[in-house]
Amino acid sequence: MNLQVLSSQFWSLCLQGVALGFIYVLISLGYTMVYGVLRLINFANSEVFMVGTFATVVAQVGILQNQTNSQPLHGFRLLYTLAFSLGFSMLICGVLGVLVELVAYRRLRALGTNRLASLISAIAVSIVLLETTRIVTFSRPQTSPRLLDKWSFGEIAGANFRIDTVAVIVSGIVIFFALDRFVTKSRLGKAIRAVSMSEENSKLMGVNLNRVVSLTFFIGGLTTGAAAFFYTTVYETTQFNVGFNLGLAAFTAAVLGGIGNLRGAFYGGLFLGVLEQFASAILGSQWKSVTVFLVLVLVLLLKPNGIFGEAVQQTRT
Amino acid sequence: MINLRDKGASIWENWNRVQRTIFVLISITVVALMPYAGGFGPTSFLNTPISSYQAVLVYPIALFVLMGLGLNIVVGKSGLLDLGYVAFFAIGAYTMAIMGTMTSLNTWEILPFGIFFAMVAGLLLGLPALRLRGDYLAIVTLGFGEIVRIVALNLNITGGPNGVVGVPNPPPILGQKFELNDHAAYFWVILVMILLVIWMVRRFTIRRPGRAWEAIRQDEDVAALMGVNLLVYKLWSFTIGAAVGGAGGVIYASKTMFIAPDMFTFNTSILVLACVVFGGLGNIWGVILGASILGYLPERIRFISNARQLVFGLVLLIIMNVRPDGLLPRKKREKIKQKEAK
Repeated sequence: MNLQVLSSQFWSLCLQGVALGFIYVLISLGYTMVYGVLRLINFANSEVFMVGTFATVVAQVGILQNQTNSQPLHGFRLLYTLAFSLGFSMLICGVLGVLVELVAYRRLRALGTNRLASLISAIAVSIVLLETTRIVTFSRPQTSPRLLDKWSFGEIAGANFRIDTVAVIVSGIVIFFALDRFVTKSRLGKAIRAVSMSEENSKLMGVNLNRVVSLTFFIGGLTTGAAAFFYTTVYETTQFNVGFNLGLAAFTAAVLGGIGNLRGAFYGGLFLGVLEQFASAILGSQWKSVTVFLVLVLVLLLKPNGIFGEAVQQTRT
Repeated sequence: MINLRDKGASIWENWNRVQRTIFVLISITVVALMPYAGGFGPTSFLNTPISSYQAVLVYPIALFVLMGLGLNIVVGKSGLLDLGYVAFFAIGAYTMAIMGTMTSLNTWEILPFGIFFAMVAGLLLGLPALRLRGDYLAIVTLGFGEIVRIVALNLNITGGPNGVVGVPNPPPILGQKFELNDHAAYFWVILVMILLVIWMVRRFTIRRPGRAWEAIRQDEDVAALMGVNLLVYKLWSFTIGAAVGGAGGVIYASKTMFIAPDMFTFNTSILVLACVVFGGLGNIWGVILGASILGYLPERIRFISNARQLVFGLVLLIIMNVRPDGLLPRKKREKIKQKEAK
């Protein structure tokens, strides 16, 4: 127990937590979008994230050619490299999301089988993704080239506003609100919401179900790809097994907020990020996930559908 | 495709008591002789590279069958998705390891403790968690599995990441000694446990708890309206499942003589769940078949050592898409009823 950090590092921990929280938000959007439409845990999402981190590294190394040991980039070249690797990671993850749906879910959905079959099928896909990456990368961790010169905007109340922290938070907010607007305002977004309310009725209203499901997986993949890019840029390293812990945390965040609900993922992710930072500062980082799960159980006991979950939503296995 | 499960059931139902008893005795004998199947000419293809066929028969196959049957009570019979089943296995294993190294009790005396602690854990987790539905229960059980592993990783009594070394082997039973390289004895012990679990599950299925589980699985609200006490019967299912997992853990720790937290990861939970769903949710014979295949396959294809998990994933994916109800699905009449309900 180290309660001193509460007074000495409070704001710093908050800031770090929010930055980590936005990465969780972006991954948990991948879970929550799919859950909203199909009522299924998209188990392969964590491995989509993992592939995204490698896509980011590949894109960055590809642009820089062999200058990986060079100085951090500046100016236009920096922006161009970052934008390209972000786009590349998002695209790869989006396409991968659609493929996961095609391979793991589509046939089972057409047959109308039990949800557990889909779950195992998704787990099988994630084993395939994980093992392929492990074999291709020889189980070695991969370091991304250092692009950003990590200068700081300055300190406010002990919180260090470093460029990458600020960038993650700002882009997280932008991506989240863009997605939120897309889902509430656009025609396709309305189709997604219609399907999540009632599959049968939306079919009768002329919604192309398969296309909407593909679109949902694509969007979920896009946000997960963005999360992968930010993760790689901040931590500068990745490995084939990076997906599991982050995916688990992001899924917990989605459940915490109320799964199937975009705002729920937003608040759940931020709450979880801050909670993890405080838990690892006070209790030590090995107890971080234990704290998170205890909080999750408590929250679910008080609010069985998550903080922002629908009031009467009954999910069945 | 012919439905093996229905075919088998109809043959069985037409037999009289003597025929059934003879058949059961013959099958048990055949299964009990399985450890020696690797030695003969025609069946020597069963031999697995690296670890011996007999060792593979005990772990993973027999233990997976045992755990699959335990998880089947929770997931298959009462429809509660448990993604942290490995926690109970771990609790059983650590009970054996700690009590075995610190006290002078032997494996058979520790076994009831292991089962008891696993059941208590099941009760403690179940009391809050079983009020939740569907996927929320799944994530809480998943979290519980991780908590048990992390706690084992960080406590002194569990030896932290190094685990516990020197767990004693079981003492002889009926003159049968348990030695490090004698896997057949362990196989027989687990076989007896499997038979007990099968007997128990079959008894439960036709009595009140079984009917209550079935009602809960099909529709919780209707079950509650019909007077089924949801929490009580869910807790029963959960703790019985936990007990089987705990028993498996005790035997596992006593056999391997060494346990460490990284043996009890989420992957093991998933693998056991895969055995249940792959073989046929809710069907004992399906679970046994599924666990045997999924336990055996990765060992058999060890010669492609690097890619064996990849092949495993591909096989799982293909089978789930071709036979989504598992290799041996539930009885057909129930499926017809489900279709009518839709």
